[in-house]
Amino acid sequence: MKENEQHILSYKTLALVLAALLVLTGLTIGVSYVHMGILNVPIALAIASTKVSFVLLYFMHLKFEGRAIKISFLCTICFLAIMISFTFWDVAYR
Amino acid sequence: MKHQDDQTGIRIGMWLFLYTEIILFGGLFVLYAVYFHDYPKEFAEGGKELNRIIGSLNTCILLISSFTVAASITAIRQECKRLSLALLAISFGCGLLFLINKYFEWGHKFAHGIYPNAPELINGPPGRNIFFGLYYVITGLHGLHVIIGMTLLAISFVLIWQNSVTGQRYAFLENSGLYWHLVDLIWIFVFPLFYLVL
Repeated sequence: MKENEQHILSYKTLALVLAALLVLTGLTIGVSYVHMGILNVPIALAIASTKVSFVLLYFMHLKFEGRAIKISFLCTICFLAIMISFTFWDVAYR
Repeated sequence: MKHQDDQTGIRIGMWLFLYTEIILFGGLFVLYAVYFHDYPKEFAEGGKELNRIIGSLNTCILLISSFTVAASITAIRQECKRLSLALLAISFGCGLLFLINKYFEWGHKFAHGIYPNAPELINGPPGRNIFFGLYYVITGLHGLHVIIGMTLLAISFVLIWQNSVTGQRYAFLENSGLYWHLVDLIWIFVFPLFYLVL
């Protein structure tokens, strides 16, 4: 059973993550009222990515998973990045 | 010989499925990105027509429900069955609240003649039609995922109730939780892209 033993997240950690997520939600709403031209979209996406990282690492306990899940997850994200960036190159420079 | 579940294997299987979901929504976000590039003005105007308050409220509801699902796994692993059930019930309630908000939001848009294939959209500027088309496809598909996620949470609830899911054997609850968190992940991107476009 030893190898199947998994890390148990404490309520405190989970609550802190939730607090961070709610603060970041407030931040992204606040930032949307400040007009910074072209910078607005990257900032909104950066905040969303931070929130997503919190959910993945703690709620989905990716932080405590083995190598198989971590590497395959990163491969998926790489594939997604390739899909988005290549499509965008095509559209932007057509 | 006693049968033993391969906990890691069960989780890897769930993650593999989640990767396909990520690519599914990723494809839709690519569409969004490309059309946002082509029609930035119409997208910004469309975004202003959406109700920010309901959007923000739904974001908070989903974040809280994600927390309660994660906490219910902690509870069952510490053998606190009742707490785990209560937390799951709260998560299910949050999902329901999310859908009710969505119902009012969509209903309000429908009443103003904004629905897929509506004459107002077809005869209007193409960028506006595309914005609302993407809005209905992505939030609709996401809503479907919320319903599936709620079904999984309800099944987990029954399984815990029947002691089929316990502190030693909780893979079903854990995988349902992973699915629910995925629904949350997608919404985290949907919210700024649709409700807060600039």
